[in-house]
Amino acid sequence: MMDAKELIARRVAREVRPGTLVNLGIGLPSMVANYVPTGLGVFFQAENGMIGLGARPPEGMEDRHLTDAGGGFVTAVPGAASIDSAMSFGLIRGGHLDMTVLGGLQVDESGHLANWKVPGKMVPGMGGAMDLVTGAARVIVAMQHTARGESKIVPVCTLPLTALRRVDLVVTDLAVIEPTGVGLVLRERAPGVTVADIRAATEATLVIPDDVPEMTLN
Amino acid sequence: MKGALKPEAAAELIPEGASVMIGGFMAVGSPHRMIDAIVARGVGGLTVISNDTAMPGKGIGKLISAGLVRHVIASHIGLNPETQAKMISGEITCELVPQGTLIERIRAGGMGLGGILTPTGLATEVEEGKQIVEVDGRRYLLETPLKADFALIGAWQADYIGNLTYMLTAQNFNPTMALAGRTVIAEADSIVPVGVIPPDAVKTPGVLVDHLLIRPGGGIA
Repeated sequence: MMDAKELIARRVAREVRPGTLVNLGIGLPSMVANYVPTGLGVFFQAENGMIGLGARPPEGMEDRHLTDAGGGFVTAVPGAASIDSAMSFGLIRGGHLDMTVLGGLQVDESGHLANWKVPGKMVPGMGGAMDLVTGAARVIVAMQHTARGESKIVPVCTLPLTALRRVDLVVTDLAVIEPTGVGLVLRERAPGVTVADIRAATEATLVIPDDVPEMTLN
Repeated sequence: MKGALKPEAAAELIPEGASVMIGGFMAVGSPHRMIDAIVARGVGGLTVISNDTAMPGKGIGKLISAGLVRHVIASHIGLNPETQAKMISGEITCELVPQGTLIERIRAGGMGLGGILTPTGLATEVEEGKQIVEVDGRRYLLETPLKADFALIGAWQADYIGNLTYMLTAQNFNPTMALAGRTVIAEADSIVPVGVIPPDAVKTPGVLVDHLLIRPGGGIA
């Protein structure tokens, strides 16, 4: 059985289109790059200032001037461009970023995302998340379906929202869910997971089509 | 450009309670020798405007650990548990600003604009207390400019008149902050004669820089 995070990353990787600019958040979303086939002409953006992020360099070859948004060492692929923060967020907010993948704490029936603050407990700050959700052409949330047994897909977010915008797709270890104008539509099941399993693990109401196929993974 | 200073002399320019913009992103591209000199001097009560507070023992995290910071304006403090703990205890106050809004507020401050209009933050806690402006049927938050008493810049190369270049992801907030500090102090990995940096490669023109730090390792060959 594949690890939940790997499963999510492999499914999200199928959403990456050829020739696009894609921003992957810190943590689980950054794993998506591992499962995107080479040769698609995809450029990954790091919001700290790089278009064309590459894999971690070999041991001992790290450059302290070349990191991703989490501060981890990376490389730059041929054709890469280094940019400052104003340009980086101009790309994000200005509609030049084709897709972003972010982690989530909650997604609700309106498709709203909460992912930057747990009042009284954890206040990491929004970093680039509010700009990414506001500005990217396509927003995908990659997260575990539940946390400590509680559904992260809820009727209405109880945590502070990240943005007004409805996210485009939610990929969890159990399901692929598409927020729409008529609610959260269950699009796919994880391998070996039934619709009933997903319903039981989901606090929000789901719209369930007649056919809910199993996920295909990269 | 008024010349090159030793880090300790540059730190002496910064009084108790000053507002200080500091370049860098998770300590990448921060002016590290300048930060060390401020910590060594121990004059605090600072307002720090920066993307983040790095982590304990690194970059801006050293200022937090040393108790020299009273107020932080940043987009992310999640990787520095000391900043979060000091915020909860009340030792530090913290204004969290979306990263794209933060850089644009600094740009507005440096470029003489009265603010910026951004859709980021609408319908979130960021909206509270702010004016909403409608332009062509779209709603935006009015975000005000940011300036500071000092901008502390980390660069790759400087020439003798303060023209600066940056390296890869170490540029981040630095070029924008160099416009928004009333006094701009830059430190570079190397200092080269005028003319070595081609005009097209200059990212921060030397006219913006008040002081350079002397070369790493002493400055005198």
